[in-house]
Amino acid sequence: MIVFQKPKSLTDVTLHYCPGCTHGIIHRLVAEAIDELGIQGKTIGVAPVGCAVRAYDYFDVDMAQAAHGRAPAVATGIKRADPSKIVFTYQGDGDLAAIGTAETVHSAARRENITVIFVNNAIYGMTGGQMAPTTLPGQITQTSPYGRDVAAVGYPMKVCELLQNVDGAAYLERVAVNNVKNVKAAKKAILKAFKNQVDGVGFSLIEVVSTCPTNWGLSPVKALGWLEENMLPYYPLGVYKDITAKEESK
Amino acid sequence: MTEPVLMKGNEAIAEAAILAGCRHYLGYPITPQTEIAAYMAKRMPKVDGVFLQAESEIAAINMVIGVASTGRRVMTSSSSPGVSLKSEGISYLAGCDLPALIVNVQRGGPGLGGIQPSQSDYFQALKGGSHGDYRNIVLAPASVQEMAALTVKGFDLADKYRMVAMILADGTLGQMMEPVSISEPEAASTEKPWALTGTDCKRAPNIVNSLYLEPDALERTNIERFKKYALVEENEVMYEEYLMDDAELCLVSFGITSRIAKNAIVAAREMGIKAGMIRPITLWPFPKTALLAAADQCRAFISVELNMGQMIEDVELAIRCKKPVFLCNRTGGMIPTPEDVLAKIKEVNKIGGAQA
Repeated sequence: MIVFQKPKSLTDVTLHYCPGCTHGIIHRLVAEAIDELGIQGKTIGVAPVGCAVRAYDYFDVDMAQAAHGRAPAVATGIKRADPSKIVFTYQGDGDLAAIGTAETVHSAARRENITVIFVNNAIYGMTGGQMAPTTLPGQITQTSPYGRDVAAVGYPMKVCELLQNVDGAAYLERVAVNNVKNVKAAKKAILKAFKNQVDGVGFSLIEVVSTCPTNWGLSPVKALGWLEENMLPYYPLGVYKDITAKEESK
Repeated sequence: MTEPVLMKGNEAIAEAAILAGCRHYLGYPITPQTEIAAYMAKRMPKVDGVFLQAESEIAAINMVIGVASTGRRVMTSSSSPGVSLKSEGISYLAGCDLPALIVNVQRGGPGLGGIQPSQSDYFQALKGGSHGDYRNIVLAPASVQEMAALTVKGFDLADKYRMVAMILADGTLGQMMEPVSISEPEAASTEKPWALTGTDCKRAPNIVNSLYLEPDALERTNIERFKKYALVEENEVMYEEYLMDDAELCLVSFGITSRIAKNAIVAAREMGIKAGMIRPITLWPFPKTALLAAADQCRAFISVELNMGQMIEDVELAIRCKKPVFLCNRTGGMIPTPEDVLAKIKEVNKIGGAQA
């Protein structure tokens, strides 16, 4: 009896991510959701610019690779052209919450029926560890070498809280992948974000609080601890909006 | 629609696009091309198409990328400052080998410039307005009828070569009304096996991508793409020759200024000056061969354009500087009168240029 296997919606290509990086877990959760909903053959993914740029090699579905921050606009074009397809974006914090803020907010405002997987690890990973829109106050990065000084460069972007006030957003949940319990919750949220699209519910975004051991300068295990101690107080986990819950309670 | 009707140039582009099978228009308002969006907003819902006003030019061009990725005909339109914003996406369209039609109804620049007609985006359209090695097919209509015809042609060329076709018009052509007859073109069926349609779990995934981290792979891809561009240059050059049989002075002009130049040429001939014109209809590919041939026949060239002298560089290159090339121009939204062009023809005629 097979008790554990690779999801069908992942290819056999070896992931390029650093040791201890949580992208691998998140890729797996996305692929499992696609498998469980039986939508692999009609799913189209949009890869970002950043660490997950080569997601098109890892997901065994049709993929587009978008310019930095533009994945929700590309996904909008795909979904509007062919509403029968399941379209998701997979974006990091720099991509989604800095250069692509407008595309994020307005695709939510349009209640674009797409699924957005937003990986928040509080740093630009691919370019070598610069300050991100989600870098915490005081956090040291290559471009905030004395710690993020909020008086000079402002405060981190809380994406779920921001989108909570956008009428069009249908489902927003922040999850983390630092322990088994949280991974299980993340799995459930990602599955729901895809199912929402199948059901025509509209814009669903899952923010996944995750680690970047390499650029945080921590071992993978210590990074998980740092996430728990520093990121979760600033980025509380939970459901920020769920229009399906309202319908259920009516 | 075959009976001639009176239409604005912008509307003719929109209607021709729908007749060409375009069912997806993504855009953002900017003068002087907004009639295209307004027309599409009205018409698209009637033909089960998609009109979407994006939050920015940048979003609009990336939505175009999304639609094009699925293999459907798609267009956007803008005017000069808006096309600058779209430039990032134009480079990605090139890098991903995606077909799309982009309309630039030019206005004066740089910066916010003005809203009056201009041809000052010639360099931007032709000389790599965005990053990387790439080309756009650039079509230059000179009448409302051509706005329609070249829109249809643009979609066909974009699909055939998997690249961007750009209509480089100007505010005058966009806003003026002329009789136009648009007939339903023959359905051009281009197979698009590369499109993102979902694998149906029956084939390997299709990937629309412009990233090549290995330099040798990127070099190979670029070289392959330029073989395609070479085919376009070989097969798709379009131009009009006007009174060139015995011409000694050759005017070169595209778009709205070519019509002013025609008036001036007629007036010059009445005075005994043998002037003619080569009007590029495709700015890229540029009618280099026709111009080089004219260099053996003519004493001098006059480039008539609405900018500080942009196409004139391509004229000089095309004729390999065999004969002098003079500039007759207005800029900033100003348009020369036929008398202005005639005065330049007389001046050049007097100087004489090189002997043929």
